[in-house]
Amino acid sequence: MQNRIRTREERNAMIRTLTAAAALALAAVPALAELKIGSIVELSGPGAAAGTNFRDGVRMGFEEINAAGGVLGEPVAITEYDSQTDPQVSRAMVQKAIDDGVVAITGTVFSSSTVVNMLVAKQAGIPQFTGSEAPSITGMGNPYIFRTAFGSQKGVPKMAKYMAEEMGVKKVAVVWANTEFGKGGHESFLKEAEAHGFEIVADLPTEQAQTDFSADVVKLKGIQADAAFVYLTEEESARFLREARKQGVTLPLVGETTLIGHKVIELAGDAANGAMGHVGLTPDANIPAMTEMVEKFRAKFNYTPDHNAIKGYTAAYTLKCVAEMVGEADSQAIADKMHGLTLTVAECPGVLMDVSWDETGEMSRESFFVEVQDGKQVVKAILPPN
Amino acid sequence: MAELIQILISGLAAGSIYALAAVGFTLLWQASQTINFAQGEFVMLPAFFVLVGMGLGLPMWPAIGFSLLLSLLILGVAFKKLVVEPMLPHGTLPLVIATIALGLLMKESVKEFYGATAQPFPAIFPQKVYHFAGASVSAQDIGNLIVSMLAIGGLQLFLNRTRTGRCMQASAQNPAVAEILGVDVKRMVMYTFLINAALATIASVLISPIYLAKFSNGETLGLVAFIAAIVGGFNQIRGALVGGLLIGVIDNLSAVYVSAEYRSAMPLILLIAIILLRPQGLLGTKEGRAV
Repeated sequence: MQNRIRTREERNAMIRTLTAAAALALAAVPALAELKIGSIVELSGPGAAAGTNFRDGVRMGFEEINAAGGVLGEPVAITEYDSQTDPQVSRAMVQKAIDDGVVAITGTVFSSSTVVNMLVAKQAGIPQFTGSEAPSITGMGNPYIFRTAFGSQKGVPKMAKYMAEEMGVKKVAVVWANTEFGKGGHESFLKEAEAHGFEIVADLPTEQAQTDFSADVVKLKGIQADAAFVYLTEEESARFLREARKQGVTLPLVGETTLIGHKVIELAGDAANGAMGHVGLTPDANIPAMTEMVEKFRAKFNYTPDHNAIKGYTAAYTLKCVAEMVGEADSQAIADKMHGLTLTVAECPGVLMDVSWDETGEMSRESFFVEVQDGKQVVKAILPPN
Repeated sequence: MAELIQILISGLAAGSIYALAAVGFTLLWQASQTINFAQGEFVMLPAFFVLVGMGLGLPMWPAIGFSLLLSLLILGVAFKKLVVEPMLPHGTLPLVIATIALGLLMKESVKEFYGATAQPFPAIFPQKVYHFAGASVSAQDIGNLIVSMLAIGGLQLFLNRTRTGRCMQASAQNPAVAEILGVDVKRMVMYTFLINAALATIASVLISPIYLAKFSNGETLGLVAFIAAIVGGFNQIRGALVGGLLIGVIDNLSAVYVSAEYRSAMPLILLIAIILLRPQGLLGTKEGRAV
């Protein structure tokens, strides 16, 4: 009843109040448009270790970029999607990100997912910065896919050369994951083994997310070899190293980043000591920019980043620098610019090391041969770009 | 020969841990007709309780004690009171579905609160390797085998040689008569749940240094324990023991001598063969139930 007997003054006062409230609400909306990035990674399933690192790297990179004024003056908004380490889910998540209007995509890390979901990004013309290393990814003529680390066809030749020339290896056993990632590394290694005249004395495939490696290690112990090439994903590598130590394997175990990465060292403990291999990126490389990034990451997330975190971090800065080079946050312009591009640390400090991409999206950069000693990667040689 | 010894020891060590989980399966079935499809997650979870304990500053052994206590409360008492008792009157099938839901809840909760990545887990045995007839046998394998066998042997003795154990058997075989004879059947059933929680904790502490502590560990373990229980005989503890050991050994033998790619199919093939040839399991009995 009270409402009905309001005076005109009271009504006017109410209108003024509501108008002021609406104006205040409108003022709270950001004045700048946001630049949307889709971060699609393995946050659960067998790839969670790698995916979480990559995600955190991307997150930290864009947070720094936003704190420094964003990209082309616009803040970056990251939307994160969990691929569940499932290729079909990852495909759906890439589609969802595209539907959400992203300019570019970071991820996925597991090759079995990337080979499937990159076709969706290609159809939509969205540049995708993947952490995957299977050779097939850049071999399919997709103009929108770009690596953040070498494909194994780039890394494995460097490692095989080191094995032949520095370690004098003649007979090799190969332990590999029977996945898209593992098959890529396996094929690359067999090709290099032929080139260097290695005799393959055992060829042992293992399963994704395998937990018990006792039988595989038993087989490995039964052969005469100078070294074993181990190409498994991080958690499986840690279980394998633990089992190898348990059964007293003395054979040199050589691999890629996934055998000697920091997550593997954390999981395998002392069993990781003595393992060696090629890494494209390492927090222990004594590169000041990388050391600084690692320290910031550790302080922020309370764990030591591995190469996947560095991949994610450099992906964020690559996107920023390239968007600013082309002067617009346009997906097509970014993808076009990436081909044949070289980014130096001088012009884009966030990439941490000078890096180049070719016409297929494959990258090239200096890398390292390291051995795990006392739970740390010790750089034994710096390998030039190839 | 050395290779075979190595495979057998590794297989027995892994199988003995499967047996612990499988024994829990059979115990719950005997005591309360509960087919616990969350059994794998029951083995996964205590490892995280240990890590939480260590995160709170406890040394390893007190952290294991802390984990055991939490497991008894959550996987024993709370499981019985909050899941089994309300669901059991509605029949076995709703309870089975409830345990599947519980398993998912536990898995996703660990992922949410502790993270999706595997965690290093401390080994309770020294990292020593002994050489025996050309085979390298680790202290961890021997330790796992001994601890599992002691746990199952101790349980058998408890059930057969103590008054409480016999009351538990009576409650499982015929709850109505046991009650008439003055046995506190409810309490006996509760003991069974507590024993299952304790076995799961032991299995978790033994297997996590090998598997690493991860939210998804229960997927494999639950399936293997279920197969082991059926292969051995769902109504006999010694059947579950034999089933567990057999699967551990067959898994390793098939990975080395048959095919690494098809190793995970071997226990399932064994399961089908057993169901066709001896439905009650290797050591199971056709009728009557005994804990």
